Amino acid sequence: MNSSTQSTVTRVNGPIVDAVGLGDAQMYEVVEVGPYRLIGEIIRLQGEKGTIQVYENTSGLKPGDSVHPTGAPLSLELGPGLIGNIYDGIQRPLPEIAQHSGAYIRRGEKVPPLDTERNWRFTPSAEVGQRLNPGDIFGTVKETDLIDHRLMLPPGTSGTVVEIVPEGEYTIHQTICRLDTGSSIRELTMTQRWPARRFRPVRNREDVTIPLVTGMRIIDTFFPIGRGGAAAIPGGFGTGKTMTQHSLAKWSDAQIVVYIGCGERGNEMTEVLVDFPSLVDPRTGKSLMERTILIANTSNMPVAAREVSIYTGITIAEYYRDMGYDVAVMADSTSRWAEALRELSGRLEEMPAEEGFPAYLPSKLAEFYERAGAVTNLNGSPGSVSGIGAGSPPGADFAEPVTSHTKRFIRCFWALDTALANARHYPSIHWLTSYSEYIEDVQSWWEEHDAEWATLRLETIELLQHEDSLQQIVTLVGPDVLPDSQRLVLFVADLIKNGFLQQNAFDDVDMFCSPAKQVRLLRLMVELHRRAKQIIEQGAPLVEIRDMQCIPKLVRAKSLTENDDIKRMDALLQEMIRELDALKEKYR
Amino acid sequence: MSIERGLEYVGLKGIDGPLIFAEGIRGVGYDEVVEIISPRGEVRLGTVLEVDANAAVVQVLEGTEGLSTSRTRVRFQGQPMSVAVSREMLGRVFDGLGRPIDNSPAPFGGDRRDISGDPINPFSRVYPRDFIQTGISAIDGMNTLVRGQKLPIFSGNGLPHNRIAAQITRQAKLLGEDVEFTIVFAAMGVKNDVAQYFIRNFEESGVLDNVALFLSTASSPSIERLLTPRTALTLAEHLAFDEGMHVLVIMTDMTNYCESLREIGTARGEIPARKGYPGYLYSDLASIYERAGRIKGSEGSITQMPILTMPNDDISHPVPDLTGFITEGQIVLERDLFQRGIYPPIAGLPSLSRLMKDGIGEGHTRDDHAAVASQLFAAYSHVKEVRGLAAVIGQEELSPIDKVFMEFGEQFEHKFLCQGEYEDRPIEQTLELGWDMLSLLPRGELHRISEEMLDEHYREREGSEL
Ligand SMILES: Nc1ncnc2c1ncn2[C@@H]1O[C@H](COP(=O)(O)OP(=O)(O)O)[C@@H](O)[C@H]1O
Ligand SMILES: [Mg+2]
Repeated sequence: MNSSTQSTVTRVNGPIVDAVGLGDAQMYEVVEVGPYRLIGEIIRLQGEKGTIQVYENTSGLKPGDSVHPTGAPLSLELGPGLIGNIYDGIQRPLPEIAQHSGAYIRRGEKVPPLDTERNWRFTPSAEVGQRLNPGDIFGTVKETDLIDHRLMLPPGTSGTVVEIVPEGEYTIHQTICRLDTGSSIRELTMTQRWPARRFRPVRNREDVTIPLVTGMRIIDTFFPIGRGGAAAIPGGFGTGKTMTQHSLAKWSDAQIVVYIGCGERGNEMTEVLVDFPSLVDPRTGKSLMERTILIANTSNMPVAAREVSIYTGITIAEYYRDMGYDVAVMADSTSRWAEALRELSGRLEEMPAEEGFPAYLPSKLAEFYERAGAVTNLNGSPGSVSGIGAGSPPGADFAEPVTSHTKRFIRCFWALDTALANARHYPSIHWLTSYSEYIEDVQSWWEEHDAEWATLRLETIELLQHEDSLQQIVTLVGPDVLPDSQRLVLFVADLIKNGFLQQNAFDDVDMFCSPAKQVRLLRLMVELHRRAKQIIEQGAPLVEIRDMQCIPKLVRAKSLTENDDIKRMDALLQEMIRELDALKEKYR
Repeated sequence: MSIERGLEYVGLKGIDGPLIFAEGIRGVGYDEVVEIISPRGEVRLGTVLEVDANAAVVQVLEGTEGLSTSRTRVRFQGQPMSVAVSREMLGRVFDGLGRPIDNSPAPFGGDRRDISGDPINPFSRVYPRDFIQTGISAIDGMNTLVRGQKLPIFSGNGLPHNRIAAQITRQAKLLGEDVEFTIVFAAMGVKNDVAQYFIRNFEESGVLDNVALFLSTASSPSIERLLTPRTALTLAEHLAFDEGMHVLVIMTDMTNYCESLREIGTARGEIPARKGYPGYLYSDLASIYERAGRIKGSEGSITQMPILTMPNDDISHPVPDLTGFITEGQIVLERDLFQRGIYPPIAGLPSLSRLMKDGIGEGHTRDDHAAVASQLFAAYSHVKEVRGLAAVIGQEELSPIDKVFMEFGEQFEHKFLCQGEYEDRPIEQTLELGWDMLSLLPRGELHRISEEMLDEHYREREGSEL
């Protein structure tokens, strides 16, 4: 950077700072501002003048204070040591910051994102003389018991290996491979830098074919998300956005989870930090923390860094996707991110569109959700990023700009319902207002579990829709006027709500439901309806069905039957069928 | 004019509502404190909202009445708003900026702290789990408060939120521990008699020595309210995290606070979000509410109980709405219950404690607590549906089971929710009462409770044939 021009602050308006002397600076270049050397990013340039978005509290900053350009854009350091860590919005590790400045985050902390002293065991996989292309893997590091960190050539880099170190212990910044790029020798370490806001390139985008199994029945069975899919979960306060996101982070079958706490509560991040290390992934038997990366820019941390936190999270996700992993990103909440955009835009005195949000809100939302996808990576491996964004519509009104624009860019919509939450029907995802466009994509996967999956699912949804229209009659005239065949619908719908849709995240058994158990529970409900309907048509009163011995077992099967106890589920089905058969005989 | 005292300037470019515009200034920092000396010589305080090479926008905390453009003097202090905090502040009364208003001299010494505070590092937090018994069944049984939680009361005009808050301060205790809560009380824009009500209440229960009050009542300048909760929380942080005390912070009324914030936003010509409130209302409120909690390396805790009145009882109004998005639940008061004479009129369904799950159960309260609460919620929610139906088809036309639910609803409201203002119910009593209520319903209706728990607690009754 040319230091002959001194750059200084000319105006301070919260996190937005104007400066002069930026003739040599570049857009999105990182600068350090004022005596504390606060981190900022240039977001507007006009001749010598520029506007800086500062990621830390600007209290006390004065016109005349100096601005120091760094010559580099806001970029992340990607390499071993990301997993299990917790970062703020601009990738500063919070545990290190705590060591430096105690329980409160002081301004101006500069801490490297990755441990530079730790030794990692490196195993080379490329040989001298081998030609490597962008994304190709030249070695691995065992990052956690679960994750092999595959070291790749950064996008845009290729060459022939001239030297590669033997298997052994190295730190992240040691040169472990030398590459002849044709024009120069490029030294590779375990890390690479990548601009936070830029999409990491792939070879090809692929169709979604496999569900991301979450263990939540209303999601997996009714509104599934595919691996590489994008989903939104909007809801008023207390409806279960965070609980759902936490559940997904715990039990979904992604190999890597990036959890972004964006403008939400500090305690919720603490909860993850406390709970996850001791939770065991049911598939691998390892601690959940061994696949989890946390980004925490809580509501009381600077809003400018909140705006970036989303990109920080998704870029890290793409980096692991590039290695060939299935990654899931949860952002809680995208509304707070949109509000950060709005606040910054307001201070920049931009023309607002709806409700004060900038006109580019939709394109920014699109950019985020577009980064989810199933892909073939540059190195040919398959990988995926599934993106799940929570939304916090004011007054739980889904017509507001963030929710309504989000709907344009996602294919899976889990609508949380305040009335359900108030009735403590959890998860409060409403079965009539939610949707998923991935159903056909994942259908064949589910048919391996039950060839009739699609039919069972559809029948259940139709039954719930039928119940809803009957309820409208009931609220006018009471249930007694309905014939037993319709009261059966009410009865079974109730059973489905209690025994299938409701899933208590604190229930030791039911917090996670395996696909095998899900289809069996569903079949129980559907079979009951199909057969009971016939029996009632034969003239039996509804009370016969209601009083069946197996009904209480049906309601409680979700929490009494372990996930792998398929036998017990099948036995329950047989027991129910026997009882129904007996009734059928009786009324023949 | 000396550098230590800051730079002094005479004359203003303009005055607009609570804002003044100073020109020809140099070396002024964003957010620093300003002394404004009126033509009559009174000194007021302000803070810098925006600054450029030679001008600054300053919000005047005590209002701009009586200021003139030509004869007002402005003195920039070179540092952000701060307050000297110490234990000596307990038992005392201050204004919103921490200046004593009880006719005694300012407490001696103390450590000066920036009232905005710094954000707590999520890594350094300790997750709150200790059950606080308030002696109020609706809270302890169904919306449990834990130490370090931020749990607001959403109220409406004329509803007894002050009485409930006072009852909580009288009764709140930890089971098996003998520590008293230290109370920090912040009043923003409430009438003086509200402040007096609390003072009397503290006096009666003999805890006044353990209370610090920060009063910015309705008669104080509106903008001062913006600093009151911050000043109060700065002391709370000192008491909790330096002195290891368990601090309960009551802040009333957050709606008034938000109105002052709106006033500043409007005066600055900002583009508002909803109902004229600034787009940053959420972040601003979070910078207050997130100062609750516990941190590593300290025994103490800050439990916050903000009180707010919902304009027109509308829970979707931006103030309760954004608060609910930040706090760890909410205690909602319901006018209908109040009018039917039920005290405390705590709404059965929209109330929520998000930290309850970790503060109850074996080792905290009792193993059946979660199930009882969940079942009470579910049953009461059905009561609401049945009542809706009864209003249409008439009570007599209800099915037998729905009639049972109607009866459950009545009893639940009159025996479980309703209690005396001085009635302090131990948690066991609350849970037993819960079982009394649930046992009014047929056992087969209690899906949320395991068979084993039902075997242990459900009270089988003669002839309960349904
Ligand atoms: N699946 C669930 N199982 C049990 N309780 C739930 C579930 N979902 C939500 N809750 C309850 O609802 C409360 C609020 O949920 P939360 O996810 O924090 O809401 P939001 O993030 O939408 O504001 C939780 O504290 C919990 O008590
Ligand atoms: Mg949440």
